[in-house]
Amino acid sequence: MKSLKSRNGLLCLAGLVLALLIPQIIDNNFYIDVLTLVLFSAFLGQSWNILGGYAGQFSFGGVVFFGTGAYASSILFRSFGIDPWIGIFGAIAAGAAMGAFIGFISFRYGLKGSYFALITLAFAEFFRIIANSVEFTGGGVGIFIDYNPSLTQLQFDNPAGYYYLALLMTVISLLIAWWLERSRFGASLVAIRENEEAAEALGVNAFRCKMYAICIAGAMGGAAGTFYTQKFLYLDPPIAYGIGTSVEMLLVTIVGGLGTIFGPLVGAFVLHSINEVARHYLEAPGLSMIVYGLILIGIVGFLPNGLIGLFRRRQKKMAGGDDA
Amino acid sequence: MLDEFMLLGMMPAAVVNGLMFGAIYALVALGLTLIYGVLHIINFAHGALLMLAMYAAFYLFRHFGIDPYFAIVFVVPASFVLGYALYRWGIGKLAHGKDENILLVTLGLAIVIENAAIFFFTADQQTITLSYSYDTVDLGFVFLSLPKVISFFASLFICLLLWLLISKTDLGRAIRAVAKERQGARLVGIDVEHIFAATYGIGIACLGAAGCLLLPSFYVDPFTGNIFVLVAFTIVVLGGMGSIVGALVGGFIIGVTESVGGLILGESLGQIGISLIFILILVLRPTGLFGAKS
Repeated sequence: MKSLKSRNGLLCLAGLVLALLIPQIIDNNFYIDVLTLVLFSAFLGQSWNILGGYAGQFSFGGVVFFGTGAYASSILFRSFGIDPWIGIFGAIAAGAAMGAFIGFISFRYGLKGSYFALITLAFAEFFRIIANSVEFTGGGVGIFIDYNPSLTQLQFDNPAGYYYLALLMTVISLLIAWWLERSRFGASLVAIRENEEAAEALGVNAFRCKMYAICIAGAMGGAAGTFYTQKFLYLDPPIAYGIGTSVEMLLVTIVGGLGTIFGPLVGAFVLHSINEVARHYLEAPGLSMIVYGLILIGIVGFLPNGLIGLFRRRQKKMAGGDDA
Repeated sequence: MLDEFMLLGMMPAAVVNGLMFGAIYALVALGLTLIYGVLHIINFAHGALLMLAMYAAFYLFRHFGIDPYFAIVFVVPASFVLGYALYRWGIGKLAHGKDENILLVTLGLAIVIENAAIFFFTADQQTITLSYSYDTVDLGFVFLSLPKVISFFASLFICLLLWLLISKTDLGRAIRAVAKERQGARLVGIDVEHIFAATYGIGIACLGAAGCLLLPSFYVDPFTGNIFVLVAFTIVVLGGMGSIVGALVGGFIIGVTESVGGLILGESLGQIGISLIFILILVLRPTGLFGAKS
């Protein structure tokens, strides 16, 4: 078992080195861009995974943190001249505050399961309408972000810059998940996911743990928001609070593997690959999303532990595990 | 000053218009609440299936010149069959009976249907014009478009039919039995899987009717359903999950809220009432107005 562990550690290190070298190996901006999007999705997915995968609180409005962070750093820059490399911390704080707000309202009143999913959806819709109607978000017109490549703007003149930023964020998100898997707090979250009443009976403060989880998810979503605006240079209410991103977050996680460290990354890689292939060979709108939907149904129906689960089962067999 | 007078003057019209739409909302929510009451699942594909029904009515009109109100005769049975089959051989099998799984499977279904609609029907907005589309009914203080009035009464009539179905027929009795006590129903010889699928089918049949009734006064595109998803959930939660009366009352409340909200707060901010009501009701009274205490 120990050798398996050190082998996994080595595998992670090799993966990281490979990831660092990719812009040197692949001299094709298109692929670097796709990989950047994969990492970005994986990061967002991990934000959803912490709340949905580890703590078992499925949200249908995970985008609300992303949108809040995106608006926070954009408005900080536009109205107060604060550069995005500082602004991203404002975005993280705003995302965490949004997490605390939604978490307090939802968990304080004991909403769980489908009800929690629905209330997060309602919050995303609520803030979409607000962002669409007030002045300081730029309303329906949205916010255009100036392009001034420099590190303080978190903007780069070559795709590799964005790639490395996304890689850094993804590595941090993986470390957070890794920490969750071996900390007492993470164990409490899993206990809450499996049986909240039992966890409480054993002395886990479920409300507090869920609050921490949603704040961490919110902080990560906020950071993702800043990354998005600095890369794509435009933000409007449907981007910030649309259901599409919420669905993507849960999709990559569930496809890859709920409550696993690498689930969101694996899911993001597979789904984006499918998307690119579908876009390349079939010039038809909607088709790749049809495939996404079918994959989601298939995974829920036949592979409840996601692609990672498939891999794990094999690994266990190789290690001679008996509880496969 | 003048503005306020005008606002006040337009208020009755807004309320009546809201009631007209509220009846159709109620029909959409009725399907959702019935499915929830019996199956205890939240059907996230509701909006997508409504959109499908609207397209069915649209193409029946476009290709065969069938009036959408008459199209109900075809669309409702077809919706029932689709719903029955979807549950019996799809959702029920794949979700393994877990709450979150059903939510995800129906979400996947919604994604597939929505994007299949983009693929087959294009993303363009479609509307139809009937010979009586611009006819109005004069209520003295407000002119109502004739299609809206027809849809209003047709919705109420269908709600009544559904109520009769649930409370007076054998099928309805079986549905109520399954909703109350699954195991007991199974023991007295009710085919529970069949009742589940039939309930889902009836829920989708409500959408079939609602789709036909909506079409004369609403556009359809692959995303139309999304507009109704949150609205329908709000009505169901407001009225009480599983309550038929609740869906009807909730539908009227939401219809009026939306229309009056739009008048006072403007087109954009006016929609906020629905999500606000949704959040408040979930937090303060999750059993809704007419829901059973849990």
